[in-house]
Amino acid sequence: MRGRSAALLFAAMLAAWSLCAAGQQRRIPAGELKSGIAFASPEVRAMQADDFSNPGMLWVEKGEKLWSTPAGKAGRSCADCHGEASASMKGVATRYPAIDRASGGLLNLEGRIRQCRSERQGASAPRLESDELLSLTAYVAHQSRGMPIDVSVEGAARPHFEAGRALYYRRIGQVNLACANCHEQNWGRILLSETITQGHPNAYPIYRIEWQTLGSIEHRLRGCLSAVRAEILPYGAPEYRDLELFLAWRAKGLPIETPGVRR
Amino acid sequence: MAARIQVAPPRPKRGEVVEVRILIQHDMETGYRRDEEGHVIPRDCINLLTCRYNGVEVFRADLSSGIAANPFLQFYTVAESSGELEFSWIDDLSVQGSARASISVSE
Repeated sequence: MRGRSAALLFAAMLAAWSLCAAGQQRRIPAGELKSGIAFASPEVRAMQADDFSNPGMLWVEKGEKLWSTPAGKAGRSCADCHGEASASMKGVATRYPAIDRASGGLLNLEGRIRQCRSERQGASAPRLESDELLSLTAYVAHQSRGMPIDVSVEGAARPHFEAGRALYYRRIGQVNLACANCHEQNWGRILLSETITQGHPNAYPIYRIEWQTLGSIEHRLRGCLSAVRAEILPYGAPEYRDLELFLAWRAKGLPIETPGVRR
Repeated sequence: MAARIQVAPPRPKRGEVVEVRILIQHDMETGYRRDEEGHVIPRDCINLLTCRYNGVEVFRADLSSGIAANPFLQFYTVAESSGELEFSWIDDLSVQGSARASISVSE
């Protein structure tokens, strides 16, 4: 009897603990989530909506070619292992960043593709922001278009999630702003000529008209770091991935739009 | 250089006006930008684009540094017979590109 009540108590404690941990409230509730495209001008929205005028599709098409082109010492293409991307890669992008079972580290989609390139195909890992990597990432993420983001922040991902959250709410830079000051407290309001978005990562890699090219979420985060006059972390810094995981959790439920178009 | 071409409607009637669109992947480097070490990045724009329809030139454009990267062009022509639209372009580094699309005219 006593053992049973102790077990019950333990179970109740466990439930309460997991509620605290997993049920952390998002500051922007699911009903109010808005993709960045909702804040864009009608012209930009039309550009993204039309698969022909969306310049990101150039990279998607290139990625499709790369997918079935053998690479590296192994002489294998992505398709040799994964088959048709439309089936095997469907929904994959919704789960990234994710923990790599072998190394225990956090990988984003780019990281996973680089790992495949170097470890399974025996090629050199494509440089971050290179055309090859952006094309493959865009092609893979495009297979999940319309599917809601569904990352896991449990288990080994937890510390990364917490680190990402800490960074999100920490004021940084000479301007002394945290991500949250704009993207949670002031979204929908005008900053100079722009409407502040909620800052969701659901359309990456995106074609930014300002960049005149496709870019990853790291590229975008560097823009924010520069805007608040903080130290710009080098490409590949772990802080970006932690933040990316936190951002994906914030955006859970928003459909993927890759390739997105933004001003 | 990758390019995408779209002809609408895809199966026009003879004499019908068709909309032709082309999107070319090109940096259209202006010559005004500098790299991370401060060196000027040399200008490299597509400077001429032509489109031939069954061998007859139907469209020609002189492009320059005022045109955004990955230029998107759209024009209209009359579908007179089935055949090929043949685009070709050249940039400041004399790199040539080409792409083609077919038009099939229904009577």
